[in-house]
Amino acid sequence: MAGLDLSLIASQAFTGLGLGVIFVLLAVGLSLIFGLMGVTNFAHGSLYMLGAYFSFSLLAFTGNFWVGLVGGALLVAVLGIVTEVVLLRPLVGRSSDHPLLLTFGLSLVLVEAVRLVWGKAGLELNTPTSLSGAVNLGFMFFPQYRLFVIAVTALSLLALWLFLTRTNVGLIIRAGTRDPLMVRALGFNFNAIRTIVFGIGAGLAGLAGALVGPLGGVYAEMGINIIIESFVVVVVGGMGSLLGAVVAGLLIGEVVSFTTLFAPKFSHLSVFIVMAVVLILRPSGLFGESGLME
Amino acid sequence: MKNCKSENLVSRRRFLAAAGASAIALPRWSFAQQKVIKIGFPTPLTSPYSTEAQDQVNGATLAVEEFNAKGGVLSRKIELLARDDQLKPGITAQKAKELIEKDQVDFMSGALSAHVQMAVNSQTKPAKMVYISISQANAITAMPDWSPWTFHEAFSPHMTTQAGGSWAIDNLGKRLFILYADYALGADLNAGIERIAKEKGATVVGKLPHVLGNPDFSPFVPKILASNADVLVINNYGKDQLNAVKDMHNFGVKKKMKIFFPLITFTGREDLGPVPYEEVYGGASFYWELARENPSAKRFVDAFQKRFNRPPGDYAGYAYSAIRLLLQSVEKAGTTHADKVAAQMAGATYDTYKGKQWMRKCDHQSFQDWYIVRSKPEKNQKGKYDVMDIVAKVPGSEPLERSCSELGHKT
Repeated sequence: MAGLDLSLIASQAFTGLGLGVIFVLLAVGLSLIFGLMGVTNFAHGSLYMLGAYFSFSLLAFTGNFWVGLVGGALLVAVLGIVTEVVLLRPLVGRSSDHPLLLTFGLSLVLVEAVRLVWGKAGLELNTPTSLSGAVNLGFMFFPQYRLFVIAVTALSLLALWLFLTRTNVGLIIRAGTRDPLMVRALGFNFNAIRTIVFGIGAGLAGLAGALVGPLGGVYAEMGINIIIESFVVVVVGGMGSLLGAVVAGLLIGEVVSFTTLFAPKFSHLSVFIVMAVVLILRPSGLFGESGLME
Repeated sequence: MKNCKSENLVSRRRFLAAAGASAIALPRWSFAQQKVIKIGFPTPLTSPYSTEAQDQVNGATLAVEEFNAKGGVLSRKIELLARDDQLKPGITAQKAKELIEKDQVDFMSGALSAHVQMAVNSQTKPAKMVYISISQANAITAMPDWSPWTFHEAFSPHMTTQAGGSWAIDNLGKRLFILYADYALGADLNAGIERIAKEKGATVVGKLPHVLGNPDFSPFVPKILASNADVLVINNYGKDQLNAVKDMHNFGVKKKMKIFFPLITFTGREDLGPVPYEEVYGGASFYWELARENPSAKRFVDAFQKRFNRPPGDYAGYAYSAIRLLLQSVEKAGTTHADKVAAQMAGATYDTYKGKQWMRKCDHQSFQDWYIVRSKPEKNQKGKYDVMDIVAKVPGSEPLERSCSELGHKT
């Protein structure tokens, strides 16, 4: 009995990891954008949804899963860059409500546009055949594709970390997060930095969408719920903190997974309970710096 | 005096002749003048049930077009006013109210879920408007929600589970695990499965709720696998079904147990293909391959195929049947007056698309045949829509449903 319980706990923990990595991908992008630009990107869920659609169409067009996955993420990154240059840049210097309202409006426009182009009914795809088996983890059989999603997330985070710590652009981004005024005073092209950061954030959201498409299906409303949970992750982790986004994303994944096991009726509410508790104990989140929100 | 009278007579004759002549000329002119008969049709066109909602709209559209092609009903054209209810009761109530007050519809149909149809009914009931519901719910035919103008063309979750649950326990196994959508439909189906399980000596070894519109079922898997059940009974609908099947397949749940959907969604099988759906069973009110043996089904399927370039789903069937029954009843009543149309519908026996059905007088529940289907293996499938084998037919019968006194009706 004890052995059975232990394997049940291990299975639940591993499933939670699979859920958490998607939150991580979304929250890291959100947090990065907020940290550097001070923009609360409400269009993030729509970018995630677009990643799934782009990847679906590229897959249908080329028949190649990898083209779909990478291409979907890149197309969303390009869309993010265009959005930053055309829509967000003119709002620099205005109150933070303006980009918030703009991205919120943009998210609605994107959802409606997708309904017009791809239809209201949504699309379905299976996991690619090369990744459709299951791996024996000892305590359970885990689908290969979900392991793949975990691996892609880990690799993307590693790449992002190397970019931010080992490159000059990364250095400027980190400096800009601390003090954008000083970065500008030193003569760096801060507009270009903002564009790159928004592009990376959007690309990560697109990647998350492209990865989730074969799991949960592709539909215009798919970003609406997950964006709320992703904001919760960002707040729990600390606004602007990348490490916080990673830790909180994994934490929320486990919380959802284990409440499904022990108190399934609360599995969605649990996310908000965690947020409330964290905010009471640490008002700026697990890894947040105080003062950033003011 | 006499003269005067005859002059009067002549002029009256002339008047009558003129009136007669205009009466002959009148019909064409009056057809354009007569108000169209409007049918309100809220349904969740953007939701996890959107594919089936569009199927409903198509079924209803076909029925309306068929009547219009014959010159309408009572020489009046019919118009279908479909509205997106987003699967949200609040929005649905508002759309239904608009349809009643602003668009001035004569009748109401539509909605696709247990809780949303109650929102439609909450608006049609005080307006004393005929509402014929075309999706599953237990409460719609029961007091206190029922009204003399409320009709239920779809199966009830109770009958669905008595018919299908009984078959599943006999054929698939006696240890059941229930995964259900946490709203009215899931609760209704659960109650039915638990009732039939008790009656047949089967055991429900575990239950797990999920939210409506759940994209990821992986966190449910460990507990289901640990339950050692024979059958996983999944009480949900639409996209939730497809996502559940996908995860159960990918996590190897089907190696341990069979999957039974009391109310199966065909589009999931169409979209995902035969592999994830292998060894998946379910219940349905209609499947288009009935057309092979059933002449009514053949007529319906052929017409639908011609109009929409694909065979109808079960929810197109409900919608088609509901609109036909409604318009036939208007024709028989000779008026659109709600009480008179309702009187024609209550107790009616009809064959609109799949054979004999009847509308029980006391609760306005439609009785009809139910089918148990199994996903077709890959090697037998011919074409995208050839997805199921019919493995059993449960003939429509009133003992399958709760009695009218159990539903709170005076009998």
